[in-house]
Amino acid sequence: MNLKKFNIENKKIRNLIPQVLTVLALLSVIIYFATNAQINMGNRGISFGFGFLSQEASFDIAFSLIEFDGSYSYGRAFLVGLLNTILVSIIGIFLATILGVIVGVSRLSNNYLIAKTAEWYVEIFRNIPLILQIFFWYFAALRALPSPENAINLYDVSYLTIKGWYIPKFVWINFDIFCYSLILAFISIYFLNRYAKKQREENGKILPTFTLSLGILISIPLLSFLLLGVSLSLNYPELKQLSETSYTYENGVSIIPELIALALALSMYTATFIAENVRAGVMGVGKGQKEAAASIGLNKGQILKLVVMPQALRIIIPPTTNQYLNLTKNSSLAAAIAYPDMVLVFAKTALMQTGRAIEIISITMLTYLTLSISISILMNWYNKKMAIKEK
Amino acid sequence: MILNNLKPTKEKINTFLPLGSIFVIFAFLDVLTNTFLNLNITGFLPQTLSYFFPLLLGYIGFYLIRIDFSGISFLDKLNKNINSSNFNAFLTLLILFIIIKAILPLMNWLILEANFAGSSKDDCNGNGACWVFIKVWFNRLMYGLYPDVEQWRVNSAFILLFALVGIAFFVPQKIKKYFILFLLFVYPFIGIKLLSGGSFGLVYVETAAWGGLSLTFIISAFAILFCFPIGVFLALGRRSSLPAIRYVSIGFIELWRGVPLITVLFMAAVMFPMFLPDGTFVDKLIRVLIAITLFEAAYMAEVVRGGLQALPKGQYEAAKSLGMGYWRMNALIILPQALKLVIPGIANTLLALVKDTPLIFVVGLMELAGMIGLAKTNPKWLGMAMEGYVFAGLVFWIICYAMSRYSQNLEKKLSTER
Repeated sequence: MNLKKFNIENKKIRNLIPQVLTVLALLSVIIYFATNAQINMGNRGISFGFGFLSQEASFDIAFSLIEFDGSYSYGRAFLVGLLNTILVSIIGIFLATILGVIVGVSRLSNNYLIAKTAEWYVEIFRNIPLILQIFFWYFAALRALPSPENAINLYDVSYLTIKGWYIPKFVWINFDIFCYSLILAFISIYFLNRYAKKQREENGKILPTFTLSLGILISIPLLSFLLLGVSLSLNYPELKQLSETSYTYENGVSIIPELIALALALSMYTATFIAENVRAGVMGVGKGQKEAAASIGLNKGQILKLVVMPQALRIIIPPTTNQYLNLTKNSSLAAAIAYPDMVLVFAKTALMQTGRAIEIISITMLTYLTLSISISILMNWYNKKMAIKEK
Repeated sequence: MILNNLKPTKEKINTFLPLGSIFVIFAFLDVLTNTFLNLNITGFLPQTLSYFFPLLLGYIGFYLIRIDFSGISFLDKLNKNINSSNFNAFLTLLILFIIIKAILPLMNWLILEANFAGSSKDDCNGNGACWVFIKVWFNRLMYGLYPDVEQWRVNSAFILLFALVGIAFFVPQKIKKYFILFLLFVYPFIGIKLLSGGSFGLVYVETAAWGGLSLTFIISAFAILFCFPIGVFLALGRRSSLPAIRYVSIGFIELWRGVPLITVLFMAAVMFPMFLPDGTFVDKLIRVLIAITLFEAAYMAEVVRGGLQALPKGQYEAAKSLGMGYWRMNALIILPQALKLVIPGIANTLLALVKDTPLIFVVGLMELAGMIGLAKTNPKWLGMAMEGYVFAGLVFWIICYAMSRYSQNLEKKLSTER
């Protein structure tokens, strides 16, 4: 009896010791670092704190989605950087998805040339470091573009120059109403799909969901144009002479070359990984599934929509979300070509001006960490929802 | 009736095949003369039409020769592989024409009109690539700012490494163990001493002068060496039944995996010195090495964890029933099997590590990409960005492609074994 008790306690202690040691080691490292940091900061006459965020930044940012100049605060500069990071990530994700799906499907094509071309695309762009691709686009390819007065004219509405890509500016009236109409359209599509699913499962009726959804998506915003006073006009970029030899475009929106290079490189690089995911997903659906679907009389479109895609998506989506996350993290390479993203604006410029290394690096890392963790939580939830429920 | 007559069938192969071939050949002839001889056969057509004319011709031709079960094996193969439907025929033509159109300017730039001889920018005519740039800067691109007379040390360090690795493959099993131990625990010190010098009659070379492609290899080699054991311990920690160890491991892994490498490098460069006692100085290269190692170790841990999870529970139970403790069980039973399962994953992580090394330019260390950045801003060599980055891309591509092929082969080999 005594022996048994001793054994259990012994085991408990044996389990406890490494844990206590780990925690102690961790704590001592943290305390060591913290005291050193305090001494160092004391020597330099700065104290730890986030008060600097409200101080005047007094630097300019080349490209910003919200209003910014030197008189705004460091906090605002951080926001500008964050928005720019999000902007390039969204553009990159959008392009990478399209390109990735096309390449992935092409790799499965029964056309030998198409499959080989797609394979080589993947092999080439996947095996060159992303930073080199960004450098290539920015320093080599985009620098070869002409100056504004000899711009490459794209159908008289947009102009490609070495200073950037000038596109027409959208001038909205009652933009908020248009947004509401879009939201309304999406909500009604959601309910339509739910209704259609119910109909299909209960009565076996199949509604033309896709056509109806498309109709809703077009008609409701169109109605807002016709009835609710929304209107859209375009401001075309126009060439303007600044001095003898210097020209620029006015009235349009300028997409800076840094953004183009970054978005191009990010999307072409990430597309290779998405393509591989897509290929694995489509190949992962067993041949028997398609044959079974065909044998119960579904046609080709139905097989794809009802049998292959739902199963393939289950394989494709988790690693693809991971790639989206990677793309967002990789967008920090912007710092290399002076695209004003969060890292460049905050972790480089603001850090250099304030010297607050610990606070700024922590905020930057924490932002990325929050983003990553929230997406992985979302992913886990999705995986649980999509996992095959075995009965 | 007419449509039926127009449908290519085997009976009418004698009419359709020659007709279709003529169309296809004419289409390609048009494109070829257009690109290589600057001769526009279809110049009499309006310009927009002339542009699409070969596409249209080829399309009709491909339609005409699409004869099922023709009995001619070449034609059947062609139809099956690149001409199975209208859409496929169109894509085939498009891709072939784009390749034909693109290959001439590309070859011109790369080889035919490029300049190889000379020693300054003036020796380049500007029509093609200026490979003189690479030739002149080659030493810098490989060794960074390492002094010219001392470069034999870098060479010999790498030759020694490759020789040792090569020999390790062939020596008998008995000595192999000691050989690998020597490689892992003794060689790194020899290598570092050889590179940095300072004693044994070698001139001291500071790490700031290290650079170029050799730095890529140095960083990759050390990071690989250290990130692997750390990753294994983290993976074991994450699967541990002791909550404190598990949570510390999870926290550590997720922290590194959640942030971009570039911020980690910034941290190593500007934040880390703040955490050390005033006056202590850790070499920048070492700080960067620690940062990359920890970063990749987190990824390695996740790969190893995949292997640990894939092992059947029976293996653990069998090991325990033999009376093995935790460490013996992991070292002798679990890890050998788990690691074998994830060799492709490990190779992919190492590949990612090599691809990440150019990022060290953000803290001022210059490997290949960084050296090109330096070279192209040299006033005597302005405008050489294209050559530089194409060269760097090619070098990295060869390294990474070889690695990925090797890992794919390994994957295949391992999957057939089971």
